[in-house]
Amino acid sequence: MSIDRETARRVAKLARIAVPDDRLDGLASEFNAILGFVEQLGEVDVEGVDPMVSVTPMQLKRRDDVVTDGNQQDAVLANAPDAREGFFAVPKVVE
Amino acid sequence: MSALTDLTIAGARDALRAGDTSAVALTEAHLEAAEAAGALNAFVHHTPDLAREQARAADARLERGDAPAMCGIPIGVKDLFCTKGVPSQAASRILDGFRPEYESTVTDKLFTSGAVMLGKLNMDEFAMGSSNETSTYGAAVNPWRAGNSDAALTPGGSSGGSAAAVAARLCLGATGTDTGGSIRQPAALTGTVGIKPTYGRVSRWGIVAFASSLDQAGPMTRNVRDAAIMLGAMAGHDPKDSTSAELPVPDFEAMLTGDIRGQVIGIPREYRIDGMPDEVEAHWQDGIAMLRDAGAEIRDISLPHTKYALPAYYVIAPAEASSNLARYDGVRFGRRAALSQGDGVTEMYEKTRAEGFGAEVQRRIMVGTYVLSAGFYDAYYNRARKVRALIKRDFEEAFASGIDAILTPATPSPAFELGAMAEADPIEMYLQDVFTVTVNLAGLPGIALPTGQDRRGLPLGLQLIGRPWEEGALLNAAQCLEDRAGFVAQPEKWW
Repeated sequence: MSIDRETARRVAKLARIAVPDDRLDGLASEFNAILGFVEQLGEVDVEGVDPMVSVTPMQLKRRDDVVTDGNQQDAVLANAPDAREGFFAVPKVVE
Repeated sequence: MSALTDLTIAGARDALRAGDTSAVALTEAHLEAAEAAGALNAFVHHTPDLAREQARAADARLERGDAPAMCGIPIGVKDLFCTKGVPSQAASRILDGFRPEYESTVTDKLFTSGAVMLGKLNMDEFAMGSSNETSTYGAAVNPWRAGNSDAALTPGGSSGGSAAAVAARLCLGATGTDTGGSIRQPAALTGTVGIKPTYGRVSRWGIVAFASSLDQAGPMTRNVRDAAIMLGAMAGHDPKDSTSAELPVPDFEAMLTGDIRGQVIGIPREYRIDGMPDEVEAHWQDGIAMLRDAGAEIRDISLPHTKYALPAYYVIAPAEASSNLARYDGVRFGRRAALSQGDGVTEMYEKTRAEGFGAEVQRRIMVGTYVLSAGFYDAYYNRARKVRALIKRDFEEAFASGIDAILTPATPSPAFELGAMAEADPIEMYLQDVFTVTVNLAGLPGIALPTGQDRRGLPLGLQLIGRPWEEGALLNAAQCLEDRAGFVAQPEKWW
């Protein structure tokens, strides 16, 4: 499995990271080095083995579906790069 | 009394309780040492005002006789931990200016037990790296130097600032985190002790997430006893972390007898890897001899899937990271890129993440995105999780056969020069974690401690791996090895 320039471009897009065109070939070759390294997992006989979900067998706890926290608008917005009138602000979204 | 910065945590605790010194005096001595150690680039945010306030409060508690073990002890905190009102950036540009409105469970527990925070410590960006060189603050520098050379060496990574600060006596202990070896590798490279507890022993709440199924926090200290004391203050069930174990935390320090007679120590043959320097192999043999002399039974064991641990890790960790790091989008916290006229929300995400993440973090996010993408999920991600199950099974079988602990080298080499890997393939740096990463995949506790020096005087470490939830027994085996090795060397001060 070899990654080409177009695949690198697609992955960068999926990851929402702007990659300039002149970096795509370099990126593709780095991906190939890493994926070439992990390729050896193909040698392992995994027949009948379940994928690990959790290192310690545990059941996630449940709790009553009630409000336990809230009313912290100022704290929630305190670190926003742009907040206005009690909301996070982002560039206009036109669909 | 010797210099206050030469004390151990245990020694400082006893001196504080006896009234031989005060938390304020201890804190001032360490603030001064940290302030004067700019050349090490270990502390990246100093918090002297907070430290002095905490020290005064600790002295009041000591006076009242209400002083837990960590009361008045000056520590450093890895930049990965969210600390209320104090910059917490995970050494990333994308979190420039971020000051959490909340306190991580670990730092909250440490502060509740009276610990004093001197500041935040350098690390690899988002804990991704083994040399501290991916940090937005620039690399931390190892206080150790090789022979007469004045070349700057790496303190390891990702908890490199923590390791450098503890080794250079800028703080008595530091918090670290370990996803593939990020506590144990820097400990080994700086002659300090670092333990990664069993997955679930320490709450992950409020620690910036890298790979959630692998991340664990632990202490970094100058000896095993201090690690036992500090781990006791960090560990425990936390309802805010659903993977945190509801188990009592034993008195780890009380379990340190140094007696391991009759215990069975496993020596895994697969940890003898190609290209491992003779010194590392010889050092491992020395450790085996020490434990045998101490009355342990040494047994050769096999962990057959060892060689697949790093490849499995480099699928699972990037996959989890790509998901965890999706939250850095320039909307809710941190730094947003400057936008051009007409840029929409997608351009905002793409520019913010391109400017905010360094090269290694970008690479891992994209590798993770790829292995999780439609068509590759089974071939990469699910296969890696199956191999992970086999790696864990290897350890379970070893423990079921009567092995109490496993002894391995901690790292494939002593500290190397900063910049040495600049031109290397990313895989070469990944190999730094070859002996430590298995432990994260299996969720086990592992400890690295200094047990000797190479011919240039650089510290060499060994790793002991224990049974799940048996950190006490593991620390005791480490205590035995520490007693036998008698490592007392210190870096000569040049900074």
